Amino acid sequence: MLVRDAVDRLEIPFDALGVDRYGASKPHLRIALGILGALYRHYFSVETRGIEHVPARGRAMLVGNHSGGIAIDAAMVVVACMLEMNPPRLAQGMAERFISRLPFLSEWAVRGGQLPGLPEHAERLLEDERLLMVFPEGARGTAKLFHERYSLVDFGSGFMRLALKTKAPIVPFAVLGGGEAFPTVANAYKVGRALGLPYLPIVAYGVPLPLPAKIEIEFAPPMRFAGTGNEDDGIVFDHVREVKETIARMLAGAERHRRGENGGAG
Amino acid sequence: MGIDRRPWPDAPIEFHEVDLRKRAAEEVFRKTRPQAVVHMATVTSVAVPGEERHRINLGGTRAVFDHSRAYGVEHCIFVGRHTFYGAGPDSPLFHTEDEPPMELSRFPELADLVAADLYAATALWRTPQMTTSVLRVCYTLGPSGDGTLARFLRGKRVPMSLGFDPLFQFMHEDDVVAALMATLDKRPRGVFNVAGPQPLPLSTVVRQAGRIPVHLPEIVIAGLLGRFGLPKLPTGALSHVKYPVVADGRAFREATGFMHAYDEIATIRAFREVFPVG
Repeated sequence: MLVRDAVDRLEIPFDALGVDRYGASKPHLRIALGILGALYRHYFSVETRGIEHVPARGRAMLVGNHSGGIAIDAAMVVVACMLEMNPPRLAQGMAERFISRLPFLSEWAVRGGQLPGLPEHAERLLEDERLLMVFPEGARGTAKLFHERYSLVDFGSGFMRLALKTKAPIVPFAVLGGGEAFPTVANAYKVGRALGLPYLPIVAYGVPLPLPAKIEIEFAPPMRFAGTGNEDDGIVFDHVREVKETIARMLAGAERHRRGENGGAG
Repeated sequence: MGIDRRPWPDAPIEFHEVDLRKRAAEEVFRKTRPQAVVHMATVTSVAVPGEERHRINLGGTRAVFDHSRAYGVEHCIFVGRHTFYGAGPDSPLFHTEDEPPMELSRFPELADLVAADLYAATALWRTPQMTTSVLRVCYTLGPSGDGTLARFLRGKRVPMSLGFDPLFQFMHEDDVVAALMATLDKRPRGVFNVAGPQPLPLSTVVRQAGRIPVHLPEIVIAGLLGRFGLPKLPTGALSHVKYPVVADGRAFREATGFMHAYDEIATIRAFREVFPVG
Protein backbone atom coordinates (compact mmCIF):
# COMPACT_ATOMS: atom_id res chain seq x y z
CA MET A 1 0.00 0.00 0.00
CA LEU A 2 1.21 3.50 -0.78
CA VAL A 3 2.10 5.69 2.18
CA ARG A 4 -0.37 8.43 1.21
CA ASP A 5 -3.18 5.92 0.77
CA ALA A 6 -2.37 4.26 4.07
CA VAL A 7 -2.70 7.50 6.04
CA ASP A 8 -5.87 8.54 4.20
CA ARG A 9 -7.48 5.16 4.77
CA LEU A 10 -6.90 5.10 8.52
CA GLU A 11 -10.23 4.61 10.26
CA ILE A 12 -9.48 7.15 12.97
CA PRO A 13 -11.68 10.21 13.53
CA PHE A 14 -9.41 13.01 12.34
CA ASP A 15 -10.86 16.52 12.27
CA ALA A 16 -10.90 18.72 9.17
CA LEU A 17 -7.33 19.79 9.94
CA GLY A 18 -6.17 16.17 10.03
CA VAL A 19 -5.66 16.02 13.82
CA ASP A 20 -7.20 13.38 16.07
CA ARG A 21 -8.21 13.95 19.68
CA TYR A 22 -4.91 12.52 20.99
CA GLY A 23 -2.80 14.78 18.80
CA ALA A 24 -1.94 12.37 15.98
CA SER A 25 -1.68 14.36 12.77
CA LYS A 26 -2.11 13.21 9.18
CA PRO A 27 0.59 15.52 7.75
CA HIS A 28 3.11 14.30 10.34
CA LEU A 29 2.09 10.68 9.80
CA ARG A 30 2.63 11.05 6.04
CA ILE A 31 6.15 12.39 6.54
CA ALA A 32 7.06 9.84 9.22
CA LEU A 33 5.60 6.95 7.28
CA GLY A 34 7.36 8.10 4.12
CA ILE A 35 10.73 7.87 5.85
CA LEU A 36 10.04 4.80 7.98
CA GLY A 37 8.30 3.03 5.08
CA ALA A 38 11.43 3.42 2.98
CA LEU A 39 13.53 2.01 5.83
CA TYR A 40 11.01 -0.83 6.25
CA ARG A 41 11.05 -1.82 2.59
CA HIS A 42 14.55 -1.04 1.42
CA TYR A 43 16.94 -0.67 4.37
CA PHE A 44 15.77 -3.31 6.84
CA SER A 45 13.95 -5.38 4.18
CA VAL A 46 11.37 -6.22 6.83
CA GLU A 47 9.60 -9.55 6.50
CA THR A 48 6.23 -9.59 8.28
CA ARG A 49 4.33 -12.79 8.96
CA GLY A 50 0.90 -13.32 10.51
CA ILE A 51 -0.40 -9.77 10.01
CA GLU A 52 -3.85 -11.35 9.49
CA HIS A 53 -3.91 -12.03 13.24
CA VAL A 54 -4.16 -8.31 14.00
CA PRO A 55 -7.88 -7.44 14.23
CA ALA A 56 -9.01 -5.12 11.45
CA ARG A 57 -11.14 -3.09 13.86
CA GLY A 58 -11.84 -2.77 17.55
CA ARG A 59 -9.66 -2.72 20.63
CA ALA A 60 -6.61 -4.96 20.69
CA MET A 61 -3.21 -5.01 22.33
CA LEU A 62 -0.05 -5.87 20.42
CA VAL A 63 2.44 -7.30 22.93
CA GLY A 64 5.99 -8.03 21.88
CA ASN A 65 9.70 -8.16 22.64
CA HIS A 66 12.22 -5.40 22.30
CA SER A 67 14.87 -5.95 19.68
CA GLY A 68 17.69 -3.44 19.36
CA GLY A 69 19.01 -0.61 21.48
CA ILE A 70 16.76 2.03 19.96
CA ALA A 71 13.08 1.96 19.01
CA ILE A 72 13.52 0.45 15.52
CA ASP A 73 11.32 -2.45 16.61
CA ALA A 74 8.36 -0.25 17.55
CA ALA A 75 8.71 1.85 14.41
CA MET A 76 8.75 -1.21 12.15
CA VAL A 77 5.69 -2.73 13.86
CA VAL A 78 3.82 0.56 13.33
CA VAL A 79 4.83 0.57 9.66
CA ALA A 80 3.82 -3.09 9.26
CA CYS A 81 0.32 -2.32 10.55
CA MET A 82 0.08 0.69 8.23
CA LEU A 83 1.43 -0.87 5.04
CA GLU A 84 0.56 -4.55 5.36
CA MET A 85 -2.97 -4.29 6.80
CA ASN A 86 -6.06 -3.60 4.76
CA PRO A 87 -7.52 -1.30 5.99
CA PRO A 88 -4.38 0.07 7.63
CA ARG A 89 -4.31 0.56 11.40
CA LEU A 90 -2.27 2.92 13.53
CA ALA A 91 -0.52 0.95 16.27
CA GLN A 92 -0.23 3.35 19.18
CA GLY A 93 2.70 2.67 21.45
CA MET A 94 3.30 3.65 25.00
CA ALA A 95 6.50 5.66 24.62
CA GLU A 96 9.10 5.72 27.37
CA ARG A 97 8.30 8.63 29.65
CA PHE A 98 11.68 10.33 29.18
CA ILE A 99 10.67 11.02 25.58
CA SER A 100 8.03 13.55 26.63
CA ARG A 101 10.81 15.71 28.10
CA LEU A 102 12.85 15.75 24.90
CA PRO A 103 12.25 18.52 22.37
CA PHE A 104 11.27 17.47 18.83
CA LEU A 105 11.13 13.78 19.73
CA SER A 106 8.19 14.34 22.09
CA GLU A 107 6.36 16.39 19.48
CA TRP A 108 6.87 13.84 16.70
CA ALA A 109 5.99 10.92 18.94
CA VAL A 110 2.59 12.43 19.79
CA ARG A 111 1.91 13.54 16.20
CA GLY A 112 2.62 9.96 15.19
CA GLY A 113 0.08 8.66 17.70
CA GLN A 114 2.69 7.45 20.21
CA LEU A 115 1.68 8.71 23.66
CA PRO A 116 3.71 8.79 26.89
CA GLY A 117 3.54 5.40 28.59
CA LEU A 118 0.93 6.08 31.25
CA PRO A 119 -1.73 3.57 32.33
CA GLU A 120 -4.38 6.26 31.78
CA HIS A 121 -3.39 6.60 28.13
CA ALA A 122 -3.34 2.85 27.52
CA GLU A 123 -6.79 2.35 29.03
CA ARG A 124 -8.28 5.32 27.20
CA LEU A 125 -6.96 4.18 23.83
CA LEU A 126 -8.39 0.69 24.31
CA GLU A 127 -11.75 2.09 25.42
CA ASP A 128 -11.63 4.13 22.22
CA GLU A 129 -11.28 0.86 20.23
CA ARG A 130 -7.70 1.65 19.20
CA LEU A 131 -4.77 -0.67 18.55
CA LEU A 132 -2.35 -0.44 21.46
CA MET A 133 1.29 -1.54 21.19
CA VAL A 134 3.05 -2.62 24.36
CA PHE A 135 6.57 -3.81 25.14
CA PRO A 136 6.31 -5.34 28.62
CA GLU A 137 10.11 -5.58 28.91
CA GLY A 138 10.24 -1.78 29.15
CA ALA A 139 13.55 0.07 28.94
CA ARG A 140 15.34 -3.05 30.23
CA GLY A 141 14.37 -4.68 26.95
CA THR A 142 16.03 -2.08 24.77
CA ALA A 143 19.12 -2.25 27.00
CA LYS A 144 19.80 -5.85 25.91
CA LEU A 145 23.32 -6.28 24.57
CA PHE A 146 24.18 -7.92 21.24
CA HIS A 147 24.79 -11.36 22.75
CA GLU A 148 21.43 -11.16 24.55
CA ARG A 149 19.49 -10.21 21.41
CA TYR A 150 17.33 -13.34 21.25
CA SER A 151 16.52 -13.36 24.97
CA LEU A 152 13.61 -11.89 26.89
CA VAL A 153 13.93 -10.03 30.18
CA ASP A 154 11.15 -10.02 32.81
CA PHE A 155 7.73 -8.88 31.69
CA GLY A 156 5.71 -6.40 33.74
CA SER A 157 2.15 -7.41 34.56
CA GLY A 158 0.38 -4.08 34.01
CA PHE A 159 -0.49 -4.90 30.40
CA MET A 160 -2.26 -8.08 31.46
CA ARG A 161 -4.35 -6.38 34.14
CA LEU A 162 -5.33 -3.79 31.56
CA ALA A 163 -6.22 -6.47 28.98
CA LEU A 164 -8.39 -8.20 31.58
CA LYS A 165 -10.06 -4.97 32.66
CA THR A 166 -10.80 -3.76 29.13
CA LYS A 167 -11.53 -7.23 27.69
CA ALA A 168 -8.96 -6.54 24.98
CA PRO A 169 -7.47 -9.44 23.00
CA ILE A 170 -3.68 -9.71 23.12
CA VAL A 171 -1.86 -10.27 19.83
CA PRO A 172 1.68 -11.46 20.70
CA PHE A 173 4.42 -10.54 18.28
CA ALA A 174 8.13 -11.23 17.99
CA VAL A 175 10.68 -8.91 16.42
CA LEU A 176 13.97 -10.34 15.28
CA GLY A 177 16.93 -8.55 13.77
CA GLY A 178 16.89 -5.32 15.76
CA GLY A 179 19.87 -6.62 17.71
CA GLU A 180 21.83 -7.05 14.48
CA ALA A 181 20.68 -3.68 13.15
CA PHE A 182 21.77 -1.93 16.33
CA PRO A 183 24.36 -4.19 17.99
CA THR A 184 24.75 -2.66 21.43
CA VAL A 185 28.03 -3.64 23.04
CA ALA A 186 27.56 -1.58 26.20
CA ASN A 187 25.22 0.94 27.77
CA ALA A 188 26.53 4.18 29.28
CA TYR A 189 24.09 4.84 32.11
CA LYS A 190 25.71 7.92 33.66
CA VAL A 191 26.16 9.69 30.32
CA GLY A 192 22.61 8.76 29.36
CA ARG A 193 21.14 10.19 32.54
CA ALA A 194 23.09 13.40 31.99
CA LEU A 195 21.38 13.66 28.59
CA GLY A 196 17.92 12.93 30.01
CA LEU A 197 17.94 9.32 28.74
CA PRO A 198 17.78 6.12 30.82
CA TYR A 199 21.10 5.08 29.20
CA LEU A 200 23.12 5.69 26.06
CA PRO A 201 23.58 2.55 23.92
CA ILE A 202 27.08 2.19 22.48
CA VAL A 203 27.83 0.30 19.28
CA ALA A 204 31.23 -1.10 18.31
CA TYR A 205 31.41 1.04 15.17
CA GLY A 206 30.94 4.23 17.17
CA VAL A 207 28.19 6.01 15.21
CA PRO A 208 24.80 5.36 16.87
CA LEU A 209 22.99 4.61 13.61
CA PRO A 210 21.39 1.26 12.69
CA LEU A 211 22.96 -1.11 10.18
CA PRO A 212 20.92 -2.46 7.24
CA ALA A 213 20.21 -5.82 8.87
CA LYS A 214 17.12 -7.80 7.90
CA ILE A 215 14.29 -7.49 10.43
CA GLU A 216 11.53 -10.05 10.86
CA ILE A 217 8.19 -9.50 12.58
CA GLU A 218 5.83 -12.33 13.38
CA PHE A 219 2.35 -11.98 14.84
CA ALA A 220 0.62 -14.86 16.63
CA PRO A 221 -3.14 -15.49 16.83
CA PRO A 222 -4.96 -13.34 19.43
CA MET A 223 -5.04 -14.60 23.01
CA ARG A 224 -8.07 -13.84 25.17
CA PHE A 225 -8.09 -13.99 28.93
CA ALA A 226 -11.21 -13.81 31.07
CA GLY A 227 -11.20 -11.67 34.21
CA THR A 228 -11.59 -8.20 35.65
CA GLY A 229 -8.01 -7.07 36.16
CA ASN A 230 -8.38 -7.34 39.96
CA GLU A 231 -7.16 -10.92 40.18
CA ASP A 232 -4.38 -12.04 42.51
CA ASP A 233 -0.83 -11.59 41.25
CA GLY A 234 -0.43 -15.37 40.88
CA ILE A 235 -3.24 -15.61 38.34
CA VAL A 236 -2.08 -12.54 36.43
CA PHE A 237 1.53 -13.73 36.32
CA ASP A 238 0.37 -17.11 34.96
CA HIS A 239 -1.33 -15.29 32.08
CA VAL A 240 1.77 -13.11 31.56
CA ARG A 241 3.92 -16.25 31.43
CA GLU A 242 1.63 -17.69 28.76
CA VAL A 243 2.09 -14.62 26.58
CA LYS A 244 5.82 -14.51 27.21
CA GLU A 245 6.18 -18.20 26.30
CA THR A 246 4.30 -17.61 23.05
CA ILE A 247 6.69 -14.80 22.14
CA ALA A 248 9.71 -16.87 23.24
CA ARG A 249 8.55 -19.75 20.98
CA MET A 250 8.22 -17.41 18.00
CA LEU A 251 11.66 -15.94 18.72
CA ALA A 252 13.25 -19.38 19.01
CA GLY A 253 11.66 -20.57 15.77
CA ALA A 254 12.67 -17.45 13.89
CA GLU A 255 16.17 -17.60 15.36
CA ARG A 256 16.64 -21.23 14.20
CA HIS A 257 15.41 -20.23 10.77
CA ARG A 258 17.69 -17.21 10.73
CA ARG A 259 20.81 -19.12 11.83
CA GLY A 260 20.13 -21.74 9.16
CA GLU A 261 19.67 -19.02 6.54
CA ASN A 262 22.89 -17.29 7.56
CA GLY A 263 24.88 -20.52 7.69
CA GLY A 264 25.11 -20.30 11.47
CA ALA A 265 26.54 -16.80 11.51
CA GLY A 266 23.36 -15.45 13.20
CA MET B 1 -28.08 40.47 38.13
CA GLY B 2 -24.37 40.89 38.61
CA ILE B 3 -21.78 42.05 41.11
CA ASP B 4 -18.39 43.39 40.09
CA ARG B 5 -16.08 45.98 41.51
CA ARG B 6 -15.29 47.10 37.97
CA PRO B 7 -17.84 49.43 36.35
CA TRP B 8 -20.14 48.07 33.65
CA PRO B 9 -21.63 51.09 31.85
CA ASP B 10 -25.06 50.47 30.32
CA ALA B 11 -25.25 47.00 31.81
CA PRO B 12 -28.30 45.21 30.40
CA ILE B 13 -28.98 43.58 33.76
CA GLU B 14 -29.35 44.76 37.35
CA PHE B 15 -25.75 45.51 38.24
CA HIS B 16 -24.09 46.34 41.55
CA GLU B 17 -20.66 47.92 41.40
CA VAL B 18 -19.38 46.59 44.69
CA ASP B 19 -16.42 44.60 45.93
CA LEU B 20 -17.36 41.04 46.84
CA ARG B 21 -15.31 41.21 50.01
CA LYS B 22 -17.05 44.36 51.30
CA ARG B 23 -20.25 44.65 53.29
CA ALA B 24 -22.07 46.17 50.32
CA ALA B 25 -21.86 42.82 48.54
CA GLU B 26 -23.39 41.02 51.50
CA GLU B 27 -26.15 43.62 51.41
CA VAL B 28 -26.94 42.60 47.83
CA PHE B 29 -27.29 38.98 48.94
CA ARG B 30 -29.43 40.02 51.94
CA LYS B 31 -31.80 42.16 49.93
CA THR B 32 -32.15 40.15 46.74
CA ARG B 33 -31.91 36.59 48.14
CA PRO B 34 -30.62 35.02 44.90
CA GLN B 35 -31.66 31.45 44.12
CA ALA B 36 -28.44 30.66 42.32
CA VAL B 37 -24.97 32.22 42.23
CA VAL B 38 -22.34 31.86 39.51
CA HIS B 39 -18.96 32.80 40.97
CA MET B 40 -16.58 33.85 38.21
CA ALA B 41 -14.63 36.51 40.12
CA THR B 42 -11.27 34.83 40.11
CA VAL B 43 -8.10 36.26 38.64
CA THR B 44 -5.89 34.12 36.45
CA SER B 45 -3.50 36.79 35.28
CA VAL B 46 -0.15 36.39 36.97
CA ALA B 47 0.46 40.06 36.17
CA VAL B 48 -1.73 40.86 39.18
CA PRO B 49 0.46 40.98 42.31
CA GLY B 50 0.40 37.78 44.36
CA GLU B 51 -1.12 39.26 47.49
CA GLU B 52 -3.94 40.88 45.54
CA ARG B 53 -4.61 37.63 43.66
CA HIS B 54 -4.81 35.74 46.92
CA ARG B 55 -7.24 38.30 48.33
CA ILE B 56 -9.50 38.07 45.30
CA ASN B 57 -9.27 34.37 44.60
CA LEU B 58 -9.45 33.07 48.15
CA GLY B 59 -11.06 35.92 50.08
CA GLY B 60 -13.63 36.48 47.34
CA THR B 61 -14.49 32.79 47.04
CA ARG B 62 -14.91 32.53 50.78
CA ALA B 63 -17.22 35.56 50.80
CA VAL B 64 -19.38 34.09 48.02
CA PHE B 65 -19.86 30.80 49.82
CA ASP B 66 -20.37 32.46 53.22
CA HIS B 67 -23.07 34.76 51.84
CA SER B 68 -24.64 31.97 49.82
CA ARG B 69 -24.96 29.82 52.92
CA ALA B 70 -26.19 32.68 55.09
CA TYR B 71 -28.86 33.88 52.66
CA GLY B 72 -30.30 30.59 51.49
CA VAL B 73 -28.82 30.28 48.00
CA GLU B 74 -29.98 26.96 46.54
CA HIS B 75 -27.26 26.49 43.95
CA CYS B 76 -23.72 27.88 43.85
CA ILE B 77 -21.47 27.44 40.83
CA PHE B 78 -17.73 28.02 41.10
CA VAL B 79 -16.10 28.64 37.73
CA GLY B 80 -12.52 27.38 37.95
CA ARG B 81 -9.90 26.54 35.34
CA HIS B 82 -8.69 23.31 33.82
CA THR B 83 -5.14 24.48 34.51
CA PHE B 84 -5.88 23.13 38.01
CA TYR B 85 -4.28 19.87 36.83
CA GLY B 86 -1.01 21.50 35.79
CA ALA B 87 1.12 20.98 32.71
CA GLY B 88 3.95 18.52 32.98
CA PRO B 89 5.72 15.82 31.01
CA ASP B 90 4.23 13.08 33.18
CA SER B 91 0.65 14.28 33.23
CA PRO B 92 -1.89 12.34 31.19
CA LEU B 93 -4.13 13.67 28.47
CA PHE B 94 -7.80 13.95 29.40
CA HIS B 95 -7.56 14.55 33.13
CA THR B 96 -10.49 13.29 35.13
CA GLU B 97 -11.97 15.12 38.09
CA ASP B 98 -10.50 12.71 40.65
CA GLU B 99 -6.92 13.70 39.81
CA PRO B 100 -4.96 15.90 42.22
CA PRO B 101 -3.46 19.24 41.18
CA MET B 102 0.06 18.53 39.96
CA GLU B 103 3.02 20.62 39.00
CA LEU B 104 2.38 23.31 41.59
CA SER B 105 6.03 23.07 42.44
CA ARG B 106 6.87 24.29 38.93
CA PHE B 107 4.21 26.97 38.82
CA PRO B 108 3.48 28.03 42.42
CA GLU B 109 1.78 31.20 41.19
CA LEU B 110 -1.23 29.01 40.37
CA ALA B 111 -1.58 27.92 43.99
CA ASP B 112 -4.28 30.43 44.92
CA LEU B 113 -6.52 29.36 42.03
CA VAL B 114 -6.05 25.72 42.94
CA ALA B 115 -6.77 26.51 46.58
CA ALA B 116 -9.93 28.43 45.61
CA ASP B 117 -11.10 25.41 43.58
CA LEU B 118 -10.45 23.02 46.45
CA TYR B 119 -12.05 25.41 48.95
CA ALA B 120 -15.17 25.74 46.79
CA ALA B 121 -15.46 21.96 46.69
CA THR B 122 -15.53 21.81 50.51
CA ALA B 123 -19.00 23.40 50.30
CA LEU B 124 -20.19 20.01 49.04
CA TRP B 125 -19.90 18.66 52.59
CA ARG B 126 -19.87 21.89 54.62
CA THR B 127 -23.14 23.14 53.13
CA PRO B 128 -25.02 20.03 52.01
CA GLN B 129 -28.34 21.91 51.87
CA MET B 130 -26.93 23.96 48.98
CA THR B 131 -26.12 22.38 45.61
CA THR B 132 -22.51 23.16 44.70
CA SER B 133 -21.10 22.74 41.21
CA VAL B 134 -17.36 23.25 40.82
CA LEU B 135 -16.51 23.66 37.16
CA ARG B 136 -13.02 23.40 35.71
CA VAL B 137 -13.39 25.14 32.38
CA CYS B 138 -10.82 24.86 29.61
CA TYR B 139 -9.46 27.92 27.81
CA THR B 140 -12.05 30.09 26.11
CA LEU B 141 -11.74 31.81 22.78
CA GLY B 142 -14.07 34.01 20.82
CA PRO B 143 -15.03 37.47 19.67
CA SER B 144 -14.47 39.12 23.05
CA GLY B 145 -10.76 38.43 22.89
CA ASP B 146 -10.74 37.90 26.65
CA GLY B 147 -8.98 35.07 28.40
CA THR B 148 -5.53 33.61 28.75
CA LEU B 149 -5.38 31.98 25.32
CA ALA B 150 -6.90 34.97 23.49
CA ARG B 151 -4.35 37.30 25.07
CA PHE B 152 -1.57 34.90 24.15
CA LEU B 153 -2.74 34.98 20.52
CA ARG B 154 -3.19 38.75 20.26
CA GLY B 155 0.10 39.61 18.57
CA LYS B 156 1.14 38.85 15.00
CA ARG B 157 3.88 36.51 16.17
CA VAL B 158 3.31 33.99 18.95
CA PRO B 159 6.29 32.56 20.85
CA MET B 160 6.52 28.80 21.14
CA SER B 161 9.04 26.62 22.93
CA LEU B 162 11.34 25.14 20.29
CA GLY B 163 10.75 21.40 19.88
CA PHE B 164 7.48 21.37 21.82
CA ASP B 165 3.97 21.73 20.46
CA PRO B 166 1.46 20.83 23.20
CA LEU B 167 -2.21 20.17 22.64
CA PHE B 168 -4.33 23.15 23.63
CA GLN B 169 -7.94 22.68 24.68
CA PHE B 170 -10.36 25.54 24.25
CA MET B 171 -14.02 26.27 23.65
CA HIS B 172 -16.04 29.12 22.21
CA GLU B 173 -17.11 31.67 24.80
CA ASP B 174 -20.76 31.20 23.78
CA ASP B 175 -20.36 27.51 24.56
CA VAL B 176 -19.08 28.44 28.01
CA VAL B 177 -22.27 30.43 28.53
CA ALA B 178 -24.30 27.45 27.29
CA ALA B 179 -22.41 25.21 29.74
CA LEU B 180 -23.22 27.58 32.60
CA MET B 181 -26.88 27.65 31.57
CA ALA B 182 -26.93 23.84 31.46
CA THR B 183 -25.39 23.79 34.96
CA LEU B 184 -28.06 26.17 36.26
CA ASP B 185 -30.72 24.06 34.62
CA LYS B 186 -29.58 20.59 35.69
CA ARG B 187 -27.89 21.55 38.99
CA PRO B 188 -25.26 18.81 38.99
CA ARG B 189 -23.63 18.40 42.41
CA GLY B 190 -19.88 17.86 42.41
CA VAL B 191 -16.73 18.71 40.51
CA PHE B 192 -16.82 18.74 36.71
CA ASN B 193 -14.45 19.45 33.87
CA VAL B 194 -16.06 21.55 31.17
CA ALA B 195 -14.62 20.98 27.71
CA GLY B 196 -15.78 21.52 24.17
CA PRO B 197 -14.28 20.25 20.93
CA GLN B 198 -11.11 18.20 20.61
CA PRO B 199 -7.80 19.88 21.43
CA LEU B 200 -5.34 21.04 18.76
CA PRO B 201 -1.57 21.46 18.73
CA LEU B 202 -0.63 25.00 19.72
CA SER B 203 1.12 25.63 16.39
CA THR B 204 -2.10 24.71 14.56
CA VAL B 205 -4.11 27.07 16.75
CA VAL B 206 -1.63 29.86 16.06
CA ARG B 207 -1.68 29.31 12.29
CA GLN B 208 -5.46 28.95 12.13
CA ALA B 209 -5.69 32.24 14.00
CA GLY B 210 -3.64 33.81 11.20
CA ARG B 211 -0.60 34.31 13.43
CA ILE B 212 2.97 33.17 12.96
CA PRO B 213 4.43 30.72 15.46
CA VAL B 214 7.95 31.73 16.42
CA HIS B 215 9.85 28.76 17.75
CA LEU B 216 12.43 29.86 20.29
CA PRO B 217 14.61 27.90 22.72
CA GLU B 218 13.08 27.91 26.18
CA ILE B 219 16.00 29.85 27.61
CA VAL B 220 15.45 32.61 25.04
CA ILE B 221 11.73 32.86 25.79
CA ALA B 222 12.49 33.06 29.51
CA GLY B 223 14.85 35.93 28.80
CA LEU B 224 12.36 37.75 26.60
CA LEU B 225 9.39 37.59 28.96
CA GLY B 226 8.32 41.07 29.93
CA ARG B 227 10.13 42.64 26.94
CA PHE B 228 9.26 43.37 23.32
CA GLY B 229 5.55 43.26 24.03
CA LEU B 230 5.64 39.78 25.57
CA PRO B 231 3.77 39.40 28.85
CA LYS B 232 5.79 39.26 32.04
CA LEU B 233 5.22 35.72 33.24
CA PRO B 234 6.91 33.52 35.82
CA THR B 235 9.17 30.93 34.21
CA GLY B 236 6.83 28.20 35.52
CA ALA B 237 4.27 29.41 33.00
CA LEU B 238 6.54 28.11 30.25
CA SER B 239 5.50 24.56 31.15
CA HIS B 240 2.09 25.51 29.72
CA VAL B 241 3.60 26.10 26.27
CA LYS B 242 5.63 22.88 26.49
CA TYR B 243 3.18 20.35 27.88
CA PRO B 244 -0.56 19.88 27.43
CA VAL B 245 -3.37 20.41 29.92
CA VAL B 246 -6.35 18.54 28.52
CA ALA B 247 -9.40 17.69 30.62
CA ASP B 248 -12.03 15.02 30.09
CA GLY B 249 -15.46 16.65 29.93
CA ARG B 250 -17.42 13.39 29.81
CA ALA B 251 -18.84 13.55 33.35
CA PHE B 252 -20.19 17.05 32.76
CA ARG B 253 -21.78 16.05 29.46
CA GLU B 254 -23.43 13.08 31.11
CA ALA B 255 -24.67 15.16 34.06
CA THR B 256 -26.06 18.06 32.04
CA GLY B 257 -26.49 16.90 28.45
CA PHE B 258 -24.23 19.79 27.38
CA MET B 259 -22.85 19.64 23.87
CA HIS B 260 -20.69 22.33 22.34
CA ALA B 261 -22.06 24.18 19.31
CA TYR B 262 -18.74 25.41 17.89
CA ASP B 263 -16.04 23.01 16.79
CA GLU B 264 -12.36 23.87 17.20
CA ILE B 265 -12.06 25.44 13.76
CA ALA B 266 -15.18 27.62 14.06
CA THR B 267 -14.01 28.73 17.50
CA ILE B 268 -10.66 29.96 16.20
CA ARG B 269 -12.39 31.58 13.22
CA ALA B 270 -14.69 33.52 15.56
CA PHE B 271 -11.63 34.96 17.31
CA ARG B 272 -9.76 35.64 14.08
CA GLU B 273 -12.64 37.52 12.47
CA VAL B 274 -12.74 40.04 15.30
CA PHE B 275 -8.98 40.12 15.84
CA PRO B 276 -7.39 39.85 12.42
CA VAL B 277 -3.67 40.33 12.20
CA GLY B 278 -3.02 43.94 11.32
